Amino acid sequence: MMDNPRFLNRTEALGILALVVLLVVILPLSLDVFRLNLVAKYLTYAFVAIGLVLCWGFGGILSLGQGVFFGLGGYCMAMYLKLEASSVANTRIQSTPGIPDFMDWNQITQLPFFWQPFHSLTFTILAILIVPALFAFLIGAAMFKRRVGGVYFAIITQAVAAILTILIVGQQGYTGGINGITDLRTLKGWDIRPDHAKFVLYFFEVACLFGCIFLAQFVRHSKLGRILVAMRDKEDRVRFSGYSVANFKIFAFTLAAMFAAIGGAMFTLQVGFMSPSFVGIVPSIDMVIFTAVGGRLSIFGAVYGTLLVNLAKTALSESFPQLWLFGLGALFIAVVLAFPNGLAGIWRDHVQPRIDRLLASRKLKSGGWTDNSVADGAPAE
Amino acid sequence: MFGDYSIGDLGAIFAMQGFAGLILFSVYVLMALGLAIIFGQMGVINMAHGEFMILGAYVTYLTAETFQVYLPSLFGGYFFLAMLLAFIASGSLGMLVEWALIRHLYRRPLDTLLATWGLSLILQQAYRSIFGAREVGVELPQWMLGSEHVTDTIEVPINGIFVMCLTVLITLCVAYIMYKSRWGRQVRAVMQNRVMAGAVGINTEKVDRYTFALGCGIAGIAGSAFTMIGSTSPTAGQLYIVDTFLVVVFGGAASLLGTIASAFTISQAQSTMEFFMSGSMAKVLTLLAIVAILMMRPQGLFALKVRK
Repeated sequence: MMDNPRFLNRTEALGILALVVLLVVILPLSLDVFRLNLVAKYLTYAFVAIGLVLCWGFGGILSLGQGVFFGLGGYCMAMYLKLEASSVANTRIQSTPGIPDFMDWNQITQLPFFWQPFHSLTFTILAILIVPALFAFLIGAAMFKRRVGGVYFAIITQAVAAILTILIVGQQGYTGGINGITDLRTLKGWDIRPDHAKFVLYFFEVACLFGCIFLAQFVRHSKLGRILVAMRDKEDRVRFSGYSVANFKIFAFTLAAMFAAIGGAMFTLQVGFMSPSFVGIVPSIDMVIFTAVGGRLSIFGAVYGTLLVNLAKTALSESFPQLWLFGLGALFIAVVLAFPNGLAGIWRDHVQPRIDRLLASRKLKSGGWTDNSVADGAPAE
Repeated sequence: MFGDYSIGDLGAIFAMQGFAGLILFSVYVLMALGLAIIFGQMGVINMAHGEFMILGAYVTYLTAETFQVYLPSLFGGYFFLAMLLAFIASGSLGMLVEWALIRHLYRRPLDTLLATWGLSLILQQAYRSIFGAREVGVELPQWMLGSEHVTDTIEVPINGIFVMCLTVLITLCVAYIMYKSRWGRQVRAVMQNRVMAGAVGINTEKVDRYTFALGCGIAGIAGSAFTMIGSTSPTAGQLYIVDTFLVVVFGGAASLLGTIASAFTISQAQSTMEFFMSGSMAKVLTLLAIVAILMMRPQGLFALKVRK
């Protein structure tokens, strides 16, 4: 099935169509703007989840620090928007007009040097893509070249997440501290707060999401994707075949970081603020569970998993706040013990064969495997 | 930064910060010992280790409260009983967890990471439901408060010395168990070659269960020590889990001596730097230094074999 040279086989094309219909037609028509904004917020996590599918599901690299890249992308966008909202006219009442309010509270009188370039939208967009990727490249290069993988890598990504959180919270004057960067108003003069703006931003985000899905699908179906899968299952054989394992791992990790950063920037636009509570260890591990529930081997699974887990979180924590953490913890354990391939695995093993039997246009010996067959059932190491 | 102080002053500052860092060192050592035993023995990453520590802290709190209400005259000695109870409580919970969850997940370290994170969420919520979400403080007996004046400028907190002695005692006990006792030999055998150990008649499952319980029990005692440096709340364990992992990885996961050395280095570096700069910057710099060193030498300080 991996020999299928087509970019999208029939099952995947149907999957994309279903997702398009859901996100572009069903949800906007059936939900009010408030709930649509919630869905948009969940979808920003889906960016991270797709990156994790590439990096963890196919590459075997578990990163428990995706919050770092999510936060970096989010903070870049937040800094740009904050500078725009802190124009001299808006900040007349501060002791130093023209700089963000939290800097004023902390008795900072001049915009720090690393804030200056964020006056420009082009620089911001470039920064969102390049800074987290550079970060990931440095971490990946230092780790993978020395063949640090698996558990040690996961712990070090946690440490990096912790470091960044403590740094942001500690330097309140420069980064907004524990409250983050709030009170964002306009993007190049266009107000992002009213309902119709949120509507437009939702569709923009869905477009970006599909862009990322196609990019992930492209990587997966290329030779690069096949090497990633091979690396995950038998790294030494790939090394002995002459490939530079470290370089491929660095690429997968950097790509996942870029996806996460785009998600972070979208989050800032949708929700209107960014804070260190999305950067640390806990949100990073939560992002991993979205991928795990959806199925770490399936790109669509990542999107559905994210939506489902976040829906459950909102629903449960409103009605039964005490139950939610029990439920989430049990979900972690259940996913690991009972269904390691997540919902996509359940779909593939139980639902897909029935659908194929119904359509019955092709006789498949193994009863309806999708392209995931080669990547089937491999453990996370 | 250093220019304002004379050499004698600096010496006194380092010594004082060093003693102040003793309790932190003790907590790190006790936590890391437990984690290193579990990780080295079974390759299991226990993200819920902080919650076992907090269980020990809560047990200490309960013991203190009980003694205050029922046996106020014996309040001075409650701490020893509290530590024993903490060890038993965390150890029993560890045995239960091993039986219910961990034994299905050997040889899958990344999966145990996620599963034990889920366990830690469950435990946190359980503490929140049972003890309440607010922090609780543990009252120390009278003889533990205050500090000794060693010289004019150096003051040593008494509870620091107490916890330090306790840690030394426990470390020696663990070293004795691991290297001199019959059971320790079984543990090491299973660690080195599980299949052969099973073939010569060692009950590997029982060894695993008791090792996990021992690791968690030591974490419980760490929790007792922890009550002296921080207030006990359901989420307090999470603050220490990353530090503990770094201590274990930095020291080389299979070496007890490495664990102690790395705990000492990290705790002293952090507490000394805290004097000169803000607490958060000191923490950031310490963590950065560890990550940088780990990037250059991934196997840690005292590695027995190459890490993958």
